Amino acid sequence: MTAATNARMRAASAKKVREFVTPEGVDLQLRIASSGLRLGALIVDLIVISAVLLLFSIFMAWVGFSASGDIAVMIWMLGAFVLRTFWFIGFELGSRAATPGKRLMGIRVVARDGGRLTADAVVARNLIRELELFLPLMMLGVGTAEDMVSGWTVLAGVTWSLTLSLFLLFNRDRMRMGDLIAGTWVVMAQRAKLDSDITATAEAGAMRFSDAELSVYGIFELQELERILRGRDPRAMREVADTIRAKIGRPVAEEDDVFLLSYYRQLKARLERGLLFGKRREDKYASE
Amino acid sequence: MSAAELPSFSTGRFRAEREADWIAFDLLLTKLEKRGAKALTSEELLRLPILYRATLSSLSIARATSLDKALLDHLEALSIRGYFLVYGVRETRWSRIRRFVLYDWPAAVRAVWKETLIISLVIILGALTSWSLVAHNPEWYYNFVDESMSGGRDPRATVEFLRSTLGHGKDGGGEESGLHVFATFLFTHNSRVSIMSFALGFAFGVPTMMLEYYQGIGLGAMLAVFSSKGLGFDFGGWLFIHGTTELFAAALSGAAGLRIGAAVVFPGARSRLEAAAQAGKTAGKVMVGVILMLLVAGLLEGFGRQLITDTMLRYGIGTVMLLFWLGYYYVPRRGDVA
Repeated sequence: MTAATNARMRAASAKKVREFVTPEGVDLQLRIASSGLRLGALIVDLIVISAVLLLFSIFMAWVGFSASGDIAVMIWMLGAFVLRTFWFIGFELGSRAATPGKRLMGIRVVARDGGRLTADAVVARNLIRELELFLPLMMLGVGTAEDMVSGWTVLAGVTWSLTLSLFLLFNRDRMRMGDLIAGTWVVMAQRAKLDSDITATAEAGAMRFSDAELSVYGIFELQELERILRGRDPRAMREVADTIRAKIGRPVAEEDDVFLLSYYRQLKARLERGLLFGKRREDKYASE
Repeated sequence: MSAAELPSFSTGRFRAEREADWIAFDLLLTKLEKRGAKALTSEELLRLPILYRATLSSLSIARATSLDKALLDHLEALSIRGYFLVYGVRETRWSRIRRFVLYDWPAAVRAVWKETLIISLVIILGALTSWSLVAHNPEWYYNFVDESMSGGRDPRATVEFLRSTLGHGKDGGGEESGLHVFATFLFTHNSRVSIMSFALGFAFGVPTMMLEYYQGIGLGAMLAVFSSKGLGFDFGGWLFIHGTTELFAAALSGAAGLRIGAAVVFPGARSRLEAAAQAGKTAGKVMVGVILMLLVAGLLEGFGRQLITDTMLRYGIGTVMLLFWLGYYYVPRRGDVA
């Protein structure tokens, strides 16, 4: 990894962050949900909806209601429509503004202007889903049903409708047509557990590092080290400990976890002191 | 590093001092999410904004001083969750529904009156076009009406058959169950057409107008076939009982689409995105109304039309429904917000 790739990675993740200032004046820095998460959420929702429908028709059959096939057809046509339309609207009107699929993926719907997510916005964004999902399918259906339509016409129709459906791939805010019309965004809303403070526990027999030994790393490396320490994978710890030892020229003398923990604590204290003095050293390539 | 070297402010101490607040806020939010605002005692409700602000201030301090990624992530997630709960939920679902039915829905429909007029004219124009064409040359009919939708109701059909499709002198029994499926199919079909004509509005409203014109064409063609066999009056009743509701809904859905299209073409002083978002909200309200109206139309069509076979009574019900919708939407009322 070089300084350039590091900077590029930071720029890429900064591109996903949107300023979102609360009335208290704090920027919440919302992160736009990726298209993959959106697709995953949609697939989960569609699977759950079909499962609900299936259970419902099994239940109806069990009650003995649908002796004739007509009622079953009715249930499927009406049920699929009602569920599809109101599943998304109903869940997104809730306090978490997310369908079960979205909740699973850790994303939620947010009003773009930072205000309250209104019911009309939720309705508008979800009714347009009907268009985005079914217009390409309809175009295909029309093409196969009517012989007079040539293959090229079908292709043009499907392509045109796909550009609508895949609209979210073409803008950096990952808005679908529905989000555009309703004035909404889908952002990350993952929960993060409050992990214990690994610098808090007092240690016995801690190692001491000199200023020169601590000055080789920056914030990026510190937080990578934190990830390794919280992960507690002995092999990863060994590898990282050996790398650091080689870098600062220390012999292998003590346990990896003791070594890494002491190094992490002192590096963190050093860098945080720098922060208080207005010095933020992003990574090891940045100057002191 | 000796104690003397340490700065008097330490992130460890910062965390130790504030951690209790974060945990309390987290617990409160979880309770609020699971069981709603009613589950909180008044004391907890009073603490909510205080804890929220404490967490936000912790986030600001932590961002400036701490490099503990886990801590920062947690505070960020907690603040975002808190923000949307504290500022997001202002009324219960029930009062939302009440307000929607009493004020928002009619107000949204009133707001798109110009578009409604235009779309109505487009539908009528479509009906007139196909009516005059089919009346002069019945062959045109096959260009306008889909085979699956017509169900044998075309110019070749006999008067008796056409009359039977209107519910007079039906054999009953055998086809009864098939009709329910057909009615359900019609409801989902109509709803989807309405949603499409709304959703296609952003393309400058052109596809919307085309869809609505097409709806008018189907109507006019049928009308021409029936009136050529001297069944125009009966067909009117057959159509009127649910048609006033259904066509009104169709016109409204087109109007909603047109509103969005107009906002995209003529955004005025706002940016195009902003204008589309604003129009989309009004249109979204109209669309919920449209789906409810289509449900009513489906019920009238599925049950009302099968049970009531008297033409005058059908006209009566259709007129009452029309007057009801007009009064509900356009008569001003007290306490109106829009």
